[in-house]
Amino acid sequence: MVAAGAETPAAASPRRPRPRRVAAALWSLPPIAALALVFLYPLALVVWQSVSPEDGGHSTAPYTAVFAEASFREALTNTVLLAAGATAGALLLGLALSLVIAFVPFPGGRALSRFIDLFLAFPSFLITLALLFLYGSAGLANGLWTDVTGAAHGPLDFLHTPWGVLLAEVTYFTPFVMRPLLAAFSQVETGQLEAAASLGARPWRIVRTVILPEALPSLAAGGALVLVLCLNEFGIVLFTGAKDVVTLPMLVYTKALLDGDYTGACVVAVVNITLSVTLYALYRTVMSRTGGGPAFRTGGAHRAGA
Amino acid sequence: MLVPSKSARRAVHLLFLVLVVPVFALPLLVIVAASFATDWSGVLPSGATLAHYRDIAHGEALDALLTSLATALAASLGALTAGTWAALAAEKCGRRTRRIIDALFLLPVAVPSVVVGLSLLVAFSRPPLLLNGTPQIVILAHTVLVTAFAYQSVTAALSRLDPAYEQSAAGLGARPAYVLWRVKLPLLLPSLTAAAGLCFALSMGELSATMMIYPPDWLPLPVQIFAATDRGSLFTGAALAVALMAATLLVLLGVSRIRTKASYR
Repeated sequence: MVAAGAETPAAASPRRPRPRRVAAALWSLPPIAALALVFLYPLALVVWQSVSPEDGGHSTAPYTAVFAEASFREALTNTVLLAAGATAGALLLGLALSLVIAFVPFPGGRALSRFIDLFLAFPSFLITLALLFLYGSAGLANGLWTDVTGAAHGPLDFLHTPWGVLLAEVTYFTPFVMRPLLAAFSQVETGQLEAAASLGARPWRIVRTVILPEALPSLAAGGALVLVLCLNEFGIVLFTGAKDVVTLPMLVYTKALLDGDYTGACVVAVVNITLSVTLYALYRTVMSRTGGGPAFRTGGAHRAGA
Repeated sequence: MLVPSKSARRAVHLLFLVLVVPVFALPLLVIVAASFATDWSGVLPSGATLAHYRDIAHGEALDALLTSLATALAASLGALTAGTWAALAAEKCGRRTRRIIDALFLLPVAVPSVVVGLSLLVAFSRPPLLLNGTPQIVILAHTVLVTAFAYQSVTAALSRLDPAYEQSAAGLGARPAYVLWRVKLPLLLPSLTAAAGLCFALSMGELSATMMIYPPDWLPLPVQIFAATDRGSLFTGAALAVALMAATLLVLLGVSRIRTKASYR
């Protein structure tokens, strides 16, 4: 039986013979070995270095030292607050825009959602650069103000504060929420909406009781993904260039390259990895529970790398 | 269909535009506008010029663009090979093995890119593998970062593939290697080109890991954009950003052409 199964690859028996699986597992070894060499091994070295203080030996002393630094605690708070705020903002904005595109359609709406998708092809730091021209000290909004009032300076000066980072992150990450939401909204039966409306339900009530329950898994998955991406975001913070907005990835960068403190950088890196990998595992669990379709899967995680 | 009254619908659309135009449409427009200007102190930029683009055509910016293109090409080819191989092997494995491979290949998405850069610095700064300071380390970092996306798109494409083709080829006596080469890969070709385009775009815009590891003789475009804006040359930075966006878009458009061509086969 086993031999016959090995001869005919498409054996339709419900339990496949073992040797074929072993062969398949062997075939998966080369890419895994490559990944281990260039990703897992370096990552393990980061953890190893984080418990190896400069003066030799191995201890948790680097952790105690880094946790005691005010700059680290500030960076941790900043990272978590900014990520939570940006996720909340992206969820609200993404939900509102997707609702209009899907249920209050207008000519050009589809093209518009395509255009918003375009954002996913561009790196995040372009948004910060654009905000400099929109709300910077010399830029569109302040220029409008000085032209109209004749004042020497415009009123807007928030780009180098956490609010500037927050605005950039909300802008950049909203499309990540909209993609899965629009996919979920296209599954909602219009008949249900019409039935609810003909029974006298007001639009807000239809959204709350018919549409939202259907879209909740997509909303949760999109939110979790954006939260992870915000925790890891570096380009936006770097381009903002504000001294008082330091996040964990920024701290890794300054510790390693500007201070030359590799052990400290590794400690911060381990903290950052722990935070985001835990969240990402949660996100994957939500996804497998809700069984998101392929479009949903590739759409949501599309641009997570930058 | 949700808002029956016409005036209410108009109000909703107006609100929608008020939200969308400043948040999504303006950022791309202002970057393009600024790239043709020398000064922005009023509502509109002033001092129209093509100087920034002339500088790109024969300066270090052109080197940066070519560096980025070479890096993205190498990284997406590497990522596509590794990701496709892993996805094809994982499909044949048992459920538990497949879960492990999934987790391993998606891990780079969850790890911050800056940390990926740091880990390569820590691992490859001493012999036997001394890569620190070479272009290879940048390409390696980009490959690691985009492999997850190649793996993810190929896995999704495989799950959509109709197993009947493969089964009938095998039933007619084709060997596994022949089935893979003549049946499966051709069927996957549209998804593979789409995945390649995605990897290329991601690598073109990669900044976080690159900032950690770039050697002085291998400056990709995003690093150059940061250097320009950091020293206050915002308008030069805008022109470089337009070059980056244009190159990315051209590649994505080219790939989508291949995809439509391939789908007719």
